[in-house]
Amino acid sequence: MVLKNQYVMIKGTRDGLTLFLDDSCSFNDLLDELDKTLSHDEFDEDQAMITVKIHLGNRFLHKEQDEQLRTLIRQRNKLVVQGIESNVISKAEAIQWKEDSEVRVVSKTIRSGQVYQVQGDLLLIGDINPGGTVKATGNIYIMGALRGVAHAGINGNRQAVIIASFMKPVQLRIADLYSRAPDYETEGVYMECGFIDESEKILIDRLQLVAKKRPELNGFERSVLNG
Amino acid sequence: MAEAIVITSGKGGVGKTTTTANLGTALALLNKKVCLMDTDIGLRNLDVVMGLENRIIYDIIDVAQGRCKLKQALIKDKRFDYLFLLPAAQTSDKNDLTPDSVVEMIAELKKEFDYIIIDCPAGIEQGYKNAVAGADHAIVVTTPEKSSVRDADRIIGLLEHEEISSPKLVINRIRNHMMKSGDMLTIDEVVQVLSIDLLGIVADDEDVIKASNRGEPVAFQPNTKASISYRNIARRILGESVPLQSLEDEKGVFSKVKRFLGMRN
Ligand SMILES: Nc1ncnc2c1ncn2[C@@H]1O[C@H](COP(=O)(O)OP(=O)(O)OP(=O)(O)O)[C@@H](O)[C@H]1O
Ligand SMILES: [Mg+2]
Repeated sequence: MVLKNQYVMIKGTRDGLTLFLDDSCSFNDLLDELDKTLSHDEFDEDQAMITVKIHLGNRFLHKEQDEQLRTLIRQRNKLVVQGIESNVISKAEAIQWKEDSEVRVVSKTIRSGQVYQVQGDLLLIGDINPGGTVKATGNIYIMGALRGVAHAGINGNRQAVIIASFMKPVQLRIADLYSRAPDYETEGVYMECGFIDESEKILIDRLQLVAKKRPELNGFERSVLNG
Repeated sequence: MAEAIVITSGKGGVGKTTTTANLGTALALLNKKVCLMDTDIGLRNLDVVMGLENRIIYDIIDVAQGRCKLKQALIKDKRFDYLFLLPAAQTSDKNDLTPDSVVEMIAELKKEFDYIIIDCPAGIEQGYKNAVAGADHAIVVTTPEKSSVRDADRIIGLLEHEEISSPKLVINRIRNHMMKSGDMLTIDEVVQVLSIDLLGIVADDEDVIKASNRGEPVAFQPNTKASISYRNIARRILGESVPLQSLEDEKGVFSKVKRFLGMRN
């Protein structure tokens, strides 16, 4: 089923509805037409919920507009908004995005009592001493010894990894999970990588494994994909 | 150019006062004009270790609060041509001293002396802030114990915020047999974690305690192990390159440690 109006094009698929909305008319005209278009269709009480995806083209929506659009669709029973997509983002979002996908290079020793936090990935050239902490919204790469605490994916990214030339951490944290050193004295390991495995636990393994576990680490695309 | 060096550690009782007294003594023996400054208000003991307690009339708080001139509070050590002590106060509160007043005193002392050595109290609060305020250099003292190294690391981190050159390390109270048996951190391990230049090592030596009790720092003695250690540290401060002495009679025990420098590069 393809319905073509002036500003609204509706495409039905097995997964639900996709609305393609014109990006050059005024927002009010768009809402008007959408309202009319949707009121053509009546849904049966016993029908399953239909998910709606919305494509905005090159239109940027403010918070209130976004809310208006969602409310309008929600008013039709049986319709749920799955996502609103636009080709454009605000400058603030772009900066955030850039920061989250950047690798910060820092060369220093993180000492006892110090906390070092970055947006994006952290590449630390130096040691993290016992009592010291590093945090990143993305991955943490340490060219040196990790003897303190490292927390990757602090905003909840469970895909984040922690890699160190020498691993003897007090604690490893990724997103909302953490693991601690055993209570007995250990030797520490070289060239290792910490990540969350299928069982939702933090594992430490040879860093060569990271290519298999996190193929998306390759190149810049990953941040575009995750973005 | 005069230099002010603060002796600090974070943890208490690791040998700050002992190091201050002995470096002062050793530098004075090398004909430098030295002033020792005790900033450990309420727990002063640099005067006791130096054997000068009975001469105290005014102290650093009296100077800070204008009850006397700086010169009046300085105690001359008769055993040397040019060694003086500015004693701490025993009764005052440590908040009676401020970083600004310390900075002012050090500026004045620099006109007169080559080296001002500042004995810092334990901890990282007001007393520490007073002690580091006017310093150009810092010497961090640690023992080869985990907790002491941890606190030294904390202090080194805090010193990064001061206008002080990269601190130098003294490892104190080394016991050879314990290092060998793995019951103590080795010098290498300590240096690796703290990653600052090693200025010297001092053995755990009864002579140090005996000498302190007599009020005559061990560095006076011509050739005990500890006195040689302190004299070597003093020479490194003057910019000489002196190899670390072996703390036992075999050679090459500490040959792995190559990183040591004087205060002047
Ligand atoms: N190398 C050494 N060998 C043996 N004993 C030592 C040595 N160094 C220090 N000591 C002893 O350890 C004790 C503590 O030393 P000291 O008073 O110098 O420490 P401190 O760091 O100044 O302590 P505080 O934090 O209380 O000011 C003293 O009794 C001293 O004699
Ligand atoms: Mg002391």
